[in-house]
Amino acid sequence: MIGRAFVTFAGLIAAWQVLVWATALPIYMLPSPVQTAAALVGRYDIILWHGGVTALEIVLGLTFGTIIGGASALLLLSFRPARRWLLPMLLVSQAIPVFAIAPLLVLWLGYGLASKVAMATLVIFFPVAATFYDGLRRTHPGWLDLARTMQASPWATLRHIRLPAALPALASGLRVAAGVAPIGAVIGEWVGSSAGLGYLMLQANARLQTDLMFAALFVLALIGVGLYFAVDAGLRRLLPWLPDTLPATDME
Amino acid sequence: MSAPFVLPASSNPTPLAVQIRGARLAFGGVPLFSDLDFDLEAGRWTCLLGPSGIGKSTLLRLIAGLTQTEGGIISAGDGAGLEGRIAWMAQDDLLLPWLDVLGNVTLGARLRQGRAAPALTELAQILLHRVGLGHRTHDRPATLSGGERQRAALVRTLIEDRPIVLMDEPFSALDAITRWRLQAEAASLLRGRTVLLVTHDPREALRLGHRIFIMSGTPACLGRAPCPRGEPLQRPDDESFRQIEAALLGRLVAADSEQRPGDGGP
Repeated sequence: MIGRAFVTFAGLIAAWQVLVWATALPIYMLPSPVQTAAALVGRYDIILWHGGVTALEIVLGLTFGTIIGGASALLLLSFRPARRWLLPMLLVSQAIPVFAIAPLLVLWLGYGLASKVAMATLVIFFPVAATFYDGLRRTHPGWLDLARTMQASPWATLRHIRLPAALPALASGLRVAAGVAPIGAVIGEWVGSSAGLGYLMLQANARLQTDLMFAALFVLALIGVGLYFAVDAGLRRLLPWLPDTLPATDME
Repeated sequence: MSAPFVLPASSNPTPLAVQIRGARLAFGGVPLFSDLDFDLEAGRWTCLLGPSGIGKSTLLRLIAGLTQTEGGIISAGDGAGLEGRIAWMAQDDLLLPWLDVLGNVTLGARLRQGRAAPALTELAQILLHRVGLGHRTHDRPATLSGGERQRAALVRTLIEDRPIVLMDEPFSALDAITRWRLQAEAASLLRGRTVLLVTHDPREALRLGHRIFIMSGTPACLGRAPCPRGEPLQRPDDESFRQIEAALLGRLVAADSEQRPGDGGP
C-alpha cells in the first residue's frame, strides 16, 4: 500500500511541477510543490493549530450527526406517526442547501466552534438517518418470524435481530458521512469564523499567500482521507461477518 | 438408529396434540380454507403433501401463530393455546450471519432472557457434537455447508424444547445424500414430539410419517393417504411399500392436475 500510494503521490507532484514550468505563472497564481512544501514547513505552527480546529469540528459533527441520525432512524421505525410527520421533514431538510443556512447558523450560534459543528452535523445527519432507517426496515422476514415463534418481545427483536441486521446499511451511511463531513465544517468556516483551515485559506487567499493556501488545502485533504480510512477500518473490525466479495487488501 | 434422545435439562414435555376446528382464511377474496378441520396426533409425525401453492405452508403458519385465521379455533390437545409450545423450522435455515453457530442455536434464550444460561450452552454443545458440528461451534454460518447449516437449524429447533415442532420443507434444499442423513437424524432427535412436516417429496413422507395427508382443491381439503407398515425409518422395502408409494404418487399427480387444469397430467 505504501509503495503504490507513494507512486501515485509522486506522479501527481511531478505533473504539478511540469504544469508550473510550462505555464511559468507567478507564485501568487500557482505555487510550485517545493514552495508549497516550504510554506507547510515554515508555517507548520499555524497550520497545525487551524487544522486541529477543523479536525475537532469534523469529529464532533460526525459524532453528533451519527447519534442524531441513528436516533431518528430508530424513531421512524418505532412509531407510525413519526414516519408520517418526520419523514417528509427529513426530505425537506435535504432540499435546502447547507450553503443557504450557513449564514443563519453563524448568526445564531456565533463565530466559534458551535456553528461549524452544527453545520457538519447537518451534513452528516441525512446519510446516516436514511441508510440506517432503510437497513432497519429491510430485515429478513424469516428472521422476524423465527423471533415470533420464540416469543421475543419487540425490544428483544430490535436489539438482537433488527439492529445487527441494519448495521451493514448504517456502515455505508457512515462511509458517505465521513466523506462529506469536511465539507460541512469548511463551509461553516468560510461563512464566518476566527479559526480553522477554511478561515486560514480565506485569509491566505486574500493576501495572495497562495502557497499557504495550497498547504492548508493539502492538510484538509489529508484529514478527509485519514478520516475515511479510519472509519472504514473501524467498520471492518466491527462487522467481520459481513461478506465482502472484494478483498480488503485491494484498497491498501 | 440410536436410542431416543432425551434432553438432559428438559422437563421432558408430555406429548401434546393439536386440534384445528373450522379454520377459515382467504387470500385476495379467494378462500384458501373454509371450515377446515385437522388434527396432529400427540407424539407422532404427521406429513403434509400436496401441489405447491395449495396452502400447506399457510396451514403450518396458522398453527405457528405467524398468520392469523379469519375464524375457527386452533388449540392444543389440552384445550389451551399453542403460544410458547411450538418450535418452527423452515426451508431457509434462518441462521443469523453475525452470530457463531453456538450463538445461533441458543438464539431463543437470548431473545427471551437476554442471554443463554451456562447449562443451556453446555446442552447446545452436546447436541452440536451429536449432529457432527462439535468442531464448528465458534464458526460463523457463512463458512458452513448447506447440510451443516440445516443441522445447526435443527439443533436450534431442538434446544427450544417444545412439545410441538413445525417443519416447513426443512430438507428440500439439500442434496440427496445429505437429505437422507438429516431425515434420520431429525427423526431420532425429535422422537416423542408432535411433528408436522410439510414436504413436496412423497418418499420423505413415506420414510418419516406416522400419518400422511394430501392437501388439494380450492378451498383446500385434507385427505388421508395410506402409510406403509412399520415404524418410521424402519419400513421394509417390500411389495406393499411399493404399491403404497405408487398409489400416493398417483393421488399427488391427480391433485396437481386439479390445481393446474390444462397443465397436462398423465
